[in-house]
Amino acid sequence: MLKPPSSPHISGFTSVPVIMILVVLSLLPGTMLGIYQFGWPALFLFLITVTSAILFESICLKISGKPVRIYCMDFSALLTGWLLAMTLPPWAPWWIGVLGSFCAIVIGKQIFGGIGQNVFNPAMLARTILLVSFPLEMTTWIAPRPFGSAGAPDLAAGWSITSIGIPDLDAVSSASALGHLRTELGRGQLLPDILAPVYDPIASAIGTINGSLGETSAVLFLLGGLFLIYKRIITWHIPASMLATVALMALIFSRIDPNHYAGPLFHLLGGGLMLGAFYIATDPVTSPVSSVGKIIFGTGCGLLLFIIRTWGNYPEGVAFSILLMNAATPLIDHYIKPRIYGHPGSGIGAFLRRQKQDS
Amino acid sequence: MPKLRIRGGVHPQERKLTSEITITRVPTPERLYMPLKQHIGAPAAPDKVIDEIVHKGQIIARAQGNVSANIHAPCSGYLEQITDWAAPHPSGLPTRTMVLVNDGKELRDEVSTPVNPLFLRPEVIAERVSQSGIVGLGGATFPSAVKLTLGQSRNTPVLIINGCECEPYLTCDDRLMQERTQTVMDGIQLLAQALYGPQTIIAIEKNKPEAIEAMELACRDFGNIEVMPVPTRYPMGSEKQLIEYITGRQVPVGKLSADIGVTLHNIATAYAISQAVRHGKPLTHRIVTVAGGAVKRPGNYEVPIGMLISDLLAFCGLKEEPQRILMGGPMMGQALPHADIPITKGCNGVLAMSRAEIGARDEHPCIRCASCVDACPMGLSPLTMAALLKKDKLDNAVNIGLKDCILCGSCSFACPSAIPLVHYFNYGKGELLVRAQQQQKDDEIKRLIQGRQLRMARLEKEKEEMVAKRMQAIAKRKAAEKAAAEQNSEKEVA
Amino acid sequence: MIEGISTMAILGFTLGLFLALAARFLKVEADPVVDDITAMLPGSNCGQCGFAGCGQAAEAVAEGSVSLDICPPGGKSLIENLAARLGVDWDFSNSATNTAPMLAYVQEATCIGCTRCFKACPTDAIIGAPKQMHSVIDSACNGCTLCVDVCPTECLQMVEVQTTLTNWRWNKPLPISQLPLAA
Repeated sequence: MLKPPSSPHISGFTSVPVIMILVVLSLLPGTMLGIYQFGWPALFLFLITVTSAILFESICLKISGKPVRIYCMDFSALLTGWLLAMTLPPWAPWWIGVLGSFCAIVIGKQIFGGIGQNVFNPAMLARTILLVSFPLEMTTWIAPRPFGSAGAPDLAAGWSITSIGIPDLDAVSSASALGHLRTELGRGQLLPDILAPVYDPIASAIGTINGSLGETSAVLFLLGGLFLIYKRIITWHIPASMLATVALMALIFSRIDPNHYAGPLFHLLGGGLMLGAFYIATDPVTSPVSSVGKIIFGTGCGLLLFIIRTWGNYPEGVAFSILLMNAATPLIDHYIKPRIYGHPGSGIGAFLRRQKQDS
Repeated sequence: MPKLRIRGGVHPQERKLTSEITITRVPTPERLYMPLKQHIGAPAAPDKVIDEIVHKGQIIARAQGNVSANIHAPCSGYLEQITDWAAPHPSGLPTRTMVLVNDGKELRDEVSTPVNPLFLRPEVIAERVSQSGIVGLGGATFPSAVKLTLGQSRNTPVLIINGCECEPYLTCDDRLMQERTQTVMDGIQLLAQALYGPQTIIAIEKNKPEAIEAMELACRDFGNIEVMPVPTRYPMGSEKQLIEYITGRQVPVGKLSADIGVTLHNIATAYAISQAVRHGKPLTHRIVTVAGGAVKRPGNYEVPIGMLISDLLAFCGLKEEPQRILMGGPMMGQALPHADIPITKGCNGVLAMSRAEIGARDEHPCIRCASCVDACPMGLSPLTMAALLKKDKLDNAVNIGLKDCILCGSCSFACPSAIPLVHYFNYGKGELLVRAQQQQKDDEIKRLIQGRQLRMARLEKEKEEMVAKRMQAIAKRKAAEKAAAEQNSEKEVA
Repeated sequence: MIEGISTMAILGFTLGLFLALAARFLKVEADPVVDDITAMLPGSNCGQCGFAGCGQAAEAVAEGSVSLDICPPGGKSLIENLAARLGVDWDFSNSATNTAPMLAYVQEATCIGCTRCFKACPTDAIIGAPKQMHSVIDSACNGCTLCVDVCPTECLQMVEVQTTLTNWRWNKPLPISQLPLAA
């Protein structure tokens, strides 16, 4: 049989490498601020994480015999490593970064069959594995010490922090706002007293607070996310529904009992919510395909996030909520299908009829 | 009640580089190759014999059955042969073709033309359209007379004239509306007359302001004919999408547009109808846009049907060896294996694409970005269908809408991973056909086998009965002989 | 101790009673797999599968002792039907069923009009008469090869179906690993 080329014979201008590069570019401002805040150790950890991600990807591709040019040069490993580095404590030792990259690339992506086949977001999977396995290293937060400020380590000291460890842990470690909130609430303190010394909305928005690289500047990541929406790389459905759900829940509960539940602004600016909503939950491979499905996904993420933050054991729940909703994505895709032209669409009857069609 | 925009769709670079170039008449070449099937329906049957003299405009092949179309000679001369020639199809496989030799004299028979065609009865208009072999010239090639009679029988209150031309590069309808406005308008009026005076809407994409202006000026005096500029988005000109945009209603699955009260005709078809009904000229020529990076003199050409694409490209000049020759637009057009293929009634563009325009890209694995879902005008999920077809799960793919795919190409266009989605759907639809044909053959074979077994059993039984009967007859005869012998012996004794 | 024994005994007795009742009243009828499969097979008893007749082949398929692509005249649609009926998956990409179906063809130069072939044909696909030319009707031939076996002059051959405009189909797109890299 002859093998002629099929229509269409022209194509749009997007390609996978271009998409990845644009996402990386939109992450750049927030990343640079975070690295500036935490100094040399953060830079080293960041570079080590990203490099080892790319390295592991190349090794896996070589082993599985896939053409490196197509698969590696699509910059997806770069993005995964970058996002993982954003969620690590900035002064964590180097082997956290390497191990995290291994978990993300090899376990979270390549074992499932490579790009496009994974069920769970690789960066979040790696972070969760690290958090559960190395709770101490993964919850060691540092107050910001920007380049050139009093307590900032110089190049050599920075390298020693990354390679060996933080010399005087108790002196420098400080809890993140969420962690502090959880601990103090657990000790029976009331909200206004807890938050006053630690929480400053402006600082939280701009990013001069402690936390991981990705938990710092909510504003910069919001802007980056809006840029991605403008460029049509992600759609508004998941970030909007996730943020709206969290804000709504926080609003309701803080109105009911302001002494024990933090308000919406605190939740929106705190932790890795902005990064998670715009960059991690919107990962196309692990989120639903239809618009309605995306809204359900985002709502579920927001709901789980609020529940975990408020009543769960861990102070921060972005990774867990996203992983849980990733598991639900195939189910959402199975039941929520877009309405096809010409087929009866509206009403519950039509919805049920459509569900009869298996996929 | 028009909507804001159609669902999904993409916006490729329009590349209407030939929209300013006036229509040029191409001289008829030495030979014309007329395939017997240039339309949807049964192929036409030849009406001339080898070496018979042919005049311009005579019928050379007659429609067969209800859904078929006549074919007329675009030149005068004689019929050289009826042979198998490469069809306008990506495979280049042969189809039955009549080859006319042009004598250059343009001899034409006298035809009777009506005094006032706009007062003809609708049935008569439909009959003349049918006689003239007019089919949908937007590319669908559905016999227009059949569509007209369908619209007449349903008394459709809305007539849409499709002047969208949403494919990149193509400008033939644009120039037709600008240069031959009166004839186009006449055709539209004839169509309206044939459909008992419906509300007529001429849909033109907004990237053709001159055409919109010309048509608005022409229909100024008519109450129920109006021009509606529509947004420039591919596939605006697709029948289903245009009807939904203009009327707000969707054509239900398995039904026709006439079932929701809409008849849709292409603007070039309207032009051809005016030529046929008013001037008695059957469909023998059409406007074709020749464009693409490899063409020296791109433009809009009035070509005789049956002219080989190689002859047309020689007339327009080629700058370089084209990377790909397309018949139609770049989104839904077919790639041809070589240029010695005739231009048929449905061919509205010949594109000789250069290497840069085709732009080869490496295919990446699917990242489930859902750009294709956003782009699909029919509301399907191309990534899921392609993944199922990759694993040959044909039934699952049909369940989520493979049969609803119109193969517009928006999904493949939007895919960042350069996955050949439309190719998968073409393959899937082919597999469906194969399966249906195989099923039909299996049922037939079973019927034949069982029929034969029954026949054999019946023959066996008849043979046995025959044998038994003969045995009986023999036994009877023997008994009779024996009785007669005994009687004789008794007589002798007595 | 006595409580233990009696409890276990009563338990065992009661459960056994439930089982017996279930076996009686909730019995599942054995499904007629073999009959369904026999109906799906062509029924021409051509023997290409290695079994004497389609009935035996159906039993073997129902057992699962032979693979689903055992019947060449059945073609791809038969495999799909069998797979659906038996509830198994069939991977088309690596089986030999992608070859085109074969049809019988009479070489007219060497046909002697002996009538043996059309007497053997189970679908009456061969037309002819004694001492007259025989010919195969393509639409009725399912490629069982019984005629080829009996022809004394070997003028019958199996040929592939020609690809024409009506039966040409788009090929399946190649997977990424088999595609050449763009320049």
